[in-house]
Amino acid sequence: MTASSEFPKPSSPRFLRPPHCFPPPYTQPAKAPSPRLRPRALLSSPPMATAPAPLSLSASTLPARLRAGAVPAGARWRQARRGRMVVRAKIREIFMPALSSTMTEGKIVSWSAGEGDRVSKGDAVVVVESDKADMDVETFHDGIVAAVLVQAGESAPVGAPIALLAESEEEVPLALAKAQELSNGQPQQAPPAPTEDAAAAPPPPPPAPATPPAPVAAGTKGVASPHAKKLAKQHRVDLAKVTGTGPYGRITPADIEAAARIQPKSKPAAAPPPVAAPSVGAVPQAAVLPPVPGATVVPFTTMQAAVSKNMVESLAVPAFRVGYPIVTDKLDELYEKVKPKGVTMTVLLAKAAAMALAQHPVVNASCRDGKSFTYNSNINIAVAVAIDGGLITPVLQDADKLDIYLLSQNWKDLVKKARAKQLQPNEYSSGTFTLSNLGMFGVDRFDAILPPGQGAIMAVGASKPTVVADKDGFFSVKNKMLVNVTADHRIVYGADLAAFLQTFAKIVEDPESLTL
Amino acid sequence: MQSTAAVSVSASATASRGGARSEAARRPGGVRVCGLRGEALTCPSLRISQAPARLAVARAAAATNGAVAGSGGGFDYDLVIIGAGVGGHGAALHAVEEGLKTAIIEGDVVGGTCVNRGCVPSKALLAVSGRMRELHDEHHMKSMGLQVSSPGYDRQGVADHANNLASKIRSNLTNSMKALGVDILTGVGTIVGKQKVRYGKAGFPDKEITARNIIIATGSVPFVPKGIEIDGKTVFTSDHALKLESVPDWIAIVGSGYIGLEFSDVYTALGSEVTFVEALDQLMPGFDPEIAKLAQRVLINPRKIDYHTGVFANKITPAKDGKPVLIELIDAKTKEHKETLEVDAALIATGRAPFTKGLGLENINVVTQRGFVPVDERMRVMDADGNVVPNLYCIGDANGKLMLAHAASAQGISVVEQISGKDHILNHLSIPAACFTHPEISMVGLTEPQAREKADKEGFEVNIVKTSFKANTKALAENEGDGIAKLIYRPDTGEILGVHILGLHAADLIHEASNAIALGTRVQDIKFAVHAHPTLSEVLDELFKAAKLQPREGRDSKPSSHPNRC
Repeated sequence: MTASSEFPKPSSPRFLRPPHCFPPPYTQPAKAPSPRLRPRALLSSPPMATAPAPLSLSASTLPARLRAGAVPAGARWRQARRGRMVVRAKIREIFMPALSSTMTEGKIVSWSAGEGDRVSKGDAVVVVESDKADMDVETFHDGIVAAVLVQAGESAPVGAPIALLAESEEEVPLALAKAQELSNGQPQQAPPAPTEDAAAAPPPPPPAPATPPAPVAAGTKGVASPHAKKLAKQHRVDLAKVTGTGPYGRITPADIEAAARIQPKSKPAAAPPPVAAPSVGAVPQAAVLPPVPGATVVPFTTMQAAVSKNMVESLAVPAFRVGYPIVTDKLDELYEKVKPKGVTMTVLLAKAAAMALAQHPVVNASCRDGKSFTYNSNINIAVAVAIDGGLITPVLQDADKLDIYLLSQNWKDLVKKARAKQLQPNEYSSGTFTLSNLGMFGVDRFDAILPPGQGAIMAVGASKPTVVADKDGFFSVKNKMLVNVTADHRIVYGADLAAFLQTFAKIVEDPESLTL
Repeated sequence: MQSTAAVSVSASATASRGGARSEAARRPGGVRVCGLRGEALTCPSLRISQAPARLAVARAAAATNGAVAGSGGGFDYDLVIIGAGVGGHGAALHAVEEGLKTAIIEGDVVGGTCVNRGCVPSKALLAVSGRMRELHDEHHMKSMGLQVSSPGYDRQGVADHANNLASKIRSNLTNSMKALGVDILTGVGTIVGKQKVRYGKAGFPDKEITARNIIIATGSVPFVPKGIEIDGKTVFTSDHALKLESVPDWIAIVGSGYIGLEFSDVYTALGSEVTFVEALDQLMPGFDPEIAKLAQRVLINPRKIDYHTGVFANKITPAKDGKPVLIELIDAKTKEHKETLEVDAALIATGRAPFTKGLGLENINVVTQRGFVPVDERMRVMDADGNVVPNLYCIGDANGKLMLAHAASAQGISVVEQISGKDHILNHLSIPAACFTHPEISMVGLTEPQAREKADKEGFEVNIVKTSFKANTKALAENEGDGIAKLIYRPDTGEILGVHILGLHAADLIHEASNAIALGTRVQDIKFAVHAHPTLSEVLDELFKAAKLQPREGRDSKPSSHPNRC
């Protein structure tokens, strides 16, 4: 250690991160999920005389990572183990800490404290080499290092015990026994939650000799690419069990991701189109936009996610829109008459649409494969309903066949169920045509997005008194509403939709048939 | 003339042996150019007064040489350089400056390896890889508030950039020599006798010229160990790789020195996965071990790279008949077969071999050693009996002293100094080296183990100080805090033994240290030099300021002897 007379402590020739790389989180160990150990930067701090910014941007993210990383996969198992120990004696395990987000195992560079040494809280006991740096690791408890389980130069997975700390002299033998037990039955990797008491059942797991997982799968039959090997190690995927799909049967990173059932991470850092073609133009993809600073992010509920998915899917359908003005004076009169009987405007419109659809089956059809018409045997009118935090479309089944009173009854039940979120799937997903009405809000016209699996959707605006001129040139004021239908142009053409709307308008303008 | 030249001792030669005796190098008269060096005051006035005398000698020497050339003197040229690489170019330019009639013989293209198949085109590729790497580092971009969507590249465009850069530099080099009146002779040069060179088509050198002095600067070619079959498509050397004719999915790089490391940076940035094959037990064996360790953490571990150390690539078969490239690995010590790699391509970066065949060295009783031309510390060629061959020098890769383009150029300049009547010995320990990965690595002088070995032998102490790029404002502004700088020095004298840097723009930062070594500046003096804030150069400033000396009586203890002004 002649190395560095410049270093505050002469014991560390390793140059690492200067202490100021680790901002406060370390001084609040109580917050750290794994309070036993707290990594400390090495002491090699060259005097940073003029360093004006002691907190580096990248460094300041480190503690967060460390803290997150301090709950490794084996946490459950560790807690179980810890619980058991507390009952026995005050023997504490020192675990391999997670020093970085990508660290899966660590190598012991050296033990600063030897077996039998008394250490106090805050003492550096071990130097651990992670994939990023060498770091001193401190103990959070006073005690005696009773047994070193992983010797210098050896590696251990993150979360595995690397030493035992006894609280007092008397407990050292106990700790040694414990160490014995651990070294006999120590499963090396993510242990299968030990349900049996280790004392009751003599070492059930095969006594794995203290060899850490092979550094590189040297003997594996299948050839794996460098990145695939790294991923396999990171996700604890056994290369021998992966079938390669790459060139010459090679195991590719994608194979490992498939085996580990993980999403390909952010498209491999450098996997640009390696083709000579300069640019393939804008490839449409649901790009994830960067987060807005200061904004609150609320994840979708299941329903909202379903809406989002349906909306995005609709983009694959070539839709078009046709609008139509309809005079509603008579419909309004009818509505006033039937209202006391529990009939709503929604039901009247649904009925009218259903009757029109019966004459224009193509508008009630759907295009499922892009190659054919699927004519539906029933006319089921889905009606969009806004409910708390979302949107749902209860379906009035056989709306063309049932009378408005029955439909009204059904509708009431459906809405009640919808509000209680008790609709059965067939009650909201069996629609063949959708009706969306925003008239009650005073909206005069709007345009709806076609739901998947349907041929058309009708958007109904408010009915408003409007000056109209009749064919003789007489002015009058009539209630007029605008309806706008969005349809799948693969199956419904403009003339079809226009004819349908004409029929619909006739029914609405002369609504007596609705009550039949 | 030789006798007069020998009187003036080279500044750097002295510097290499200890800063304490640092000679007042090129200071004209007694005027101090800048008062950074405390010991200048302690310099005997004798030394200082020596400088003008020396200059006078030089001027006289140059004049004489020029006169001889002008009057014919029996020689066609004062200086003929065989090989127009960076070494030959540097020598030619300096020779013209010194008034020598100069010719340069080139059998291939002007610029040599560096410009056409080395440093220059590789920098173009690395410029691309650096940007790709940055654009693909989402975390990095986000942390600076930048948004970039799916950056990609056009391989041919990248390749063209490298090629265009090489042609541009090549024409610059050619023009600079033409403009100065250097005769560029085309053909392969062969030494046919004392001060006699023949050149022309390879094998048929038909033109003969005489020269007072001859410099061999023929450079090197990639070294390919036996058992390796080069096809130029799937198994190739840096010569082919720089053309970037393909970007393989998986490439094995045999050798983890500068070349291998730089190519791993290029290939991984362009989407390839890389496997290193290294014969020694450690990757990057030429680097300071601590730097190598950190470099592995920064440049290897987080990337799609794995490696096999302590193994030889015994046999490499190019991809053919539907089979991938096969690389047989044997243990470097036991020679036992270890495993066979199957990859898409293999880059052989196992070093370079001198290109000295056909030079006609046998005509003057010179025997090459493993192809290298034996030279003394003044680059004078030694014959088979160990005697200096008069008027014949060898610089650059062909002598193998330090296989770097700028070293060749420095050697060339040193030779021209000598033939102009000024003795000059180049201090090789002051020549910096750089590896242009992202971040870069640079070094000058000794590595820590070398320094310790020297210290043990000569009985002095060695101190080490280090600073981190994480403490540097500019580096943090760039969000590139990875890296360290390390200073190895003598605490008794303050002599700088070595500086090693890994970090943003390390290659540009090293010169403050290499100049200090070349000029014999010591840490206690250079620490008072001012650096602009905020700049990366403050990393070195920190380093010098952190270096503490052993208190010793009588050694420039007066603070007033460190004036900051002229």
